[in-house]
Amino acid sequence: MVAEMPDEPAIKASPSGPATGPVAKQATRRRRSSGIGAPIARSRFLMIAVAVFACLGLAWWVATGLELVKPIFLPSPASVATQLGKLWADGTLLLDLKASIYRISIGFLIASALAIPIGVLIGSFRAWEAAIEPLVDFIRYMPVVAFVPLSILWSGTSDAQKFLIIFIGTFFQQVLMIMDNVKRVPADFVGLGRTLGLPDRKILTRIVVPSALPGIWDTLRISLGWAWTWLVLAELVAATSGLGYRITVSQRYFQTNTIIGYILLLGVLGLITDQVMKALGKVLFRQEGHAQ
Amino acid sequence: MSFPKLRIAGLHKSFGTGARRTEVLRDINLDLADNEFVSLVGTSGCGKSTLLSIVAGLQDFDAGDLAIDGAPILKPGLDRGVVFQSYTLLPWLTAQQNIEFALKAAGHDRSTCRRIALEHLDLVKLPHSANLYPSELSGGMKQRVAIARALSYRPKMLLMDEPFGALDALTRHQMQELLTQIWEEHRLTVLFVTHDVEEAVYLSDRIAVMGIGPGRIMRTFNVDIERPRREEVMESAAFMDLQRNVHKAIREASRRPEMA
Repeated sequence: MVAEMPDEPAIKASPSGPATGPVAKQATRRRRSSGIGAPIARSRFLMIAVAVFACLGLAWWVATGLELVKPIFLPSPASVATQLGKLWADGTLLLDLKASIYRISIGFLIASALAIPIGVLIGSFRAWEAAIEPLVDFIRYMPVVAFVPLSILWSGTSDAQKFLIIFIGTFFQQVLMIMDNVKRVPADFVGLGRTLGLPDRKILTRIVVPSALPGIWDTLRISLGWAWTWLVLAELVAATSGLGYRITVSQRYFQTNTIIGYILLLGVLGLITDQVMKALGKVLFRQEGHAQ
Repeated sequence: MSFPKLRIAGLHKSFGTGARRTEVLRDINLDLADNEFVSLVGTSGCGKSTLLSIVAGLQDFDAGDLAIDGAPILKPGLDRGVVFQSYTLLPWLTAQQNIEFALKAAGHDRSTCRRIALEHLDLVKLPHSANLYPSELSGGMKQRVAIARALSYRPKMLLMDEPFGALDALTRHQMQELLTQIWEEHRLTVLFVTHDVEEAVYLSDRIAVMGIGPGRIMRTFNVDIERPRREEVMESAAFMDLQRNVHKAIREASRRPEMA
């Protein structure tokens, strides 16, 4: 009956009428640029950020150039760059990178692959939450560092030990954050699914999970940052290759330039993965207004 | 024997247990005839949204009878279309896909889903917004898609929980006019919750005024204002009188018994 009716002349409000058009972008009134939450231009933001890096770099360069500190404590930027170049040329750096990236990928994948379904489950069903959430909350407060000796006892200095440390460091945090992502799905979305007569399983897969996905993606991005820390920790104490291993070995030979070079490299790697995840998130969830 | 479209008889509802038990609805009796438009009005806390939610099957109740066409309501289902106050368009689907989502749940095949979805976007005057995502729609447009979605799978009745409550005054008026127009042409049993008396008088055949402590239906008003109704009807003496009377009834119904 409803759909078969002939077209009706438009009511006064056309779809592009004043109250129905897209929401006005933003107020154009000028605001002070220094107030709390006041917006600044993107170019200005970038300029300030770059300036801070440049200042620190300059301070480093000047301090070492004037020999205010001994090179064994803080080598010059040039020395660090040369050393990194040398390690790249003889293949050491690439080998270390490969070993570390392999370990973080596998460890992080295992943690995430388990954390997502469990987080969704305990975010959706209170009985599962009662069974798992207090336990996870308890384990989460055990320092990851304290597990290192145990992990070596269990799995020696193999890659499995690295996976284990990365897993312990990220999985328990991920589970709780994903539970939170799921709980933030509006109750009316679930209500909608129920009024459409969908069974719980379909409400979960077609409404709850897609709705929580942008948040879950953010959780993965944040926890990947932590995973780098746990990877290096595991490699520092028990490894025969990898970025963390090279840092420990370099300490033995007072190769401070290698240590600093690798630390900077780890920072860059973290920054790159974070930016890539952010950019991917913007593409994947663009229609949801997820990207600011 | 013939059944009313919706029968609510002797319905009771409480939250909590033991000493913290609060009675929210007491002995609710309300029948909706086929194609009747009934509004529930009352101050906040009178349980009008809870009642609607119970009829939708989203909350259970303690005692009483609840039936559609004589069949008891046990759980949510496609025989009742629900429009929520909050925007419930799924943000990862376009306007058209949001309607198709419901039609797919109702078991239609892909080409039927598409056809019906487009017809209903036309019905709510959004023929050019099929491929827009909710983030690209204004509040009024989102609720129009939500109404189109709830109508699309031909429920036996429509349940609306303050659907225009979050909209600005101008948009709200446009939505009321659109809803009246759709309803007058297509006729459907509607249970409509609102706290806006003008809105209730403009849209309804009958208005049930609810009181608090616990929530009860205190009075009902028949709205004997001729249809089709257009905006001008709001200026008429009959409209103003009824609006005043409903307001007065809400004021009286909102006094808690112990304060009276």
